[in-house]
Amino acid sequence: MDRFGFFGEALPDIDLEELKGRLIVLEGTDGVGRSTHIGLLKQWLENNGHAVLDTGMTRSALAGKRLKQAKEGHTLGGITMSLFYATDFADRLENEIIPALRAGFIVLTDRYIYSLMARAIVRGADPEWLREVYGFALKPDAIFYLRIKVDDLVTRVLQSTGFDYWESGMDLHMGEDMYESFVRYQKWLLAEFDKMVENYGFQIVDGSGAVEEVFEELRFRVERVVAQNGHRS
Amino acid sequence: MAGGMKMYGKHRLPGRLFVVEGIDGSGKSTQLMLLQKWLESEGYVVYFSEWNSSPLVQDVTKRGKKKKMLTSMTFSLIHATDFANRTEHHIIPPLKAGAVVLADRYIYTAFARDVVRGVSPKWVRELYAFAVKPTITFYFRTPLDVAMKRILGGRDAIKYYEAGMDMGLSDDREESFRIFQGRIIEEYEKMVDEFGLVAIDATRSIEQQQLEVRKIVTEALTGTKKTRIRRWIDLDSLAKPSQI
Repeated sequence: MDRFGFFGEALPDIDLEELKGRLIVLEGTDGVGRSTHIGLLKQWLENNGHAVLDTGMTRSALAGKRLKQAKEGHTLGGITMSLFYATDFADRLENEIIPALRAGFIVLTDRYIYSLMARAIVRGADPEWLREVYGFALKPDAIFYLRIKVDDLVTRVLQSTGFDYWESGMDLHMGEDMYESFVRYQKWLLAEFDKMVENYGFQIVDGSGAVEEVFEELRFRVERVVAQNGHRS
Repeated sequence: MAGGMKMYGKHRLPGRLFVVEGIDGSGKSTQLMLLQKWLESEGYVVYFSEWNSSPLVQDVTKRGKKKKMLTSMTFSLIHATDFANRTEHHIIPPLKAGAVVLADRYIYTAFARDVVRGVSPKWVRELYAFAVKPTITFYFRTPLDVAMKRILGGRDAIKYYEAGMDMGLSDDREESFRIFQGRIIEEYEKMVDEFGLVAIDATRSIEQQQLEVRKIVTEALTGTKKTRIRRWIDLDSLAKPSQI
C-alpha cells in the first residue's frame, strides 16, 4: 500500500517509497495547546527510542524571517501573504520534513496546510484555489485536530498571554475591540476547520480538557500510528 | 481580497493590460518602451508595471538565489508571491482607475520557466489563477541563435539561475543557457494557441514590429480614457521673468 501520497500534483524528484518515517500533524486554533503537546510527545517518543523532528509554521530558512516582518508590517495583500506562506511551507517540506522522513524520523508538525488554508479563507482566498496550490503537500499519516469551543478558548487565552493582534484577526476589522474581534474571528476559523474534518480525515481530539487528559488521548493515538506497518514490504 | 477573489478572465476592470513575452534577447522590452512613448504622446494614462516590486519578497528571492537554496518548487512559489504582490498593488489598482497598464513579462514567463524546471504545467497554471487576463499578450518569436547573439554581445556573464545551471544541463554556462532557452521557446510555442498569444516575428526590423504592435493596440483601445492635461508644456516659457 502506498502510505504517502500527494493531495494533488506531485513534487518533482521525490520518491515516496524512500520515506520511511511518520508524518504526524497537530492542528487547532491559536491557544489550544498545540505546542505544549508537541513538546510532550517529542519527549515521550524520544524516551521510547524514536528520532523526532518537531517543526512549525514560519520557520523556514528561506522565508521565515521575512515572512514575520511582512506580517508585522502588514503591507502585503491577501493573495501575496497566502503565497508567501505557501513558499515558506514548501521550503520546510522539501528541506526539513522530507529529508527527516527519508531518514526514518517521526515528524511532529505544529500545524500544516490546514491552518494556512483556514486563515487564508477567512481573509478572502478562494478555497478551491488554495486546495490546488497546496496540492504538492504530502498527505500526513495522521492529523490530530485539537478541537475547542470559543468560550473555553477565551478563558484559556486570558489566563496565558491575553489577546494578540493577529490571533484576534484585528486586520479584518471585525469588531469594536479585541475581545469581540477575537470571538468572531476564532468562530469563523473553527467553522473552516470543521469543514475540513471529513475532507482531509482529521481525527478529533477534545482540546478543552486538562493537559494530562488531552496528552493521554494523543499518546494513545500516536502510539497506534507509530506501530502501524505502512511500509511497502 | 475583500469581496472575494477574482479568477483569470473574471475581472471586470475599465483599464487595458498589454503584455510582452519572449525569451531574453527577443527585443520585447524595446518594443514595450516604444509602445509606452507612443501611448503617452497620444494622451493615455500609462502605468508601467515592473516585476519584483515588494522589498520583502525580493529579499527572499535574492537570498535564495545567492545561496542557491531554491528548489524548482520554492523558485516557482517565491516568484508567484512576487507576482501576487505586483497584481494586488501595481496591476489591479491602475486598471480600476482606467489606466493602460504595460507589463514586461507576465504569467506566461512563469509557466514556461517553471515547467522547464520540472514543475507540473497544470499546477503552475492553477497557482497563477488569480492573475488578471491581459487585453493582449504579444509574444516576440525569436530563433534561439538570434537571441543568443543579442545577449552574448551585450553582457559578459549569464547569471546562474538564468542559465538554468541548477538543472545540471551542462557545466558550461553558455551551453546550459542555450539548452534552457531552447526549452523555454518550446513552452512558449505551446502557449500561443492555449492562451491566444499574438505572435510577432521578432526577426523583422524594430520599426516594422512596432507598427504592427501599435495597430493591434489601437483596435483594443476604443473607449479608454485619456488625460485632459496638456502633455507638452513649454517649461521655458513658464520660467521666463515676469514683466513688471
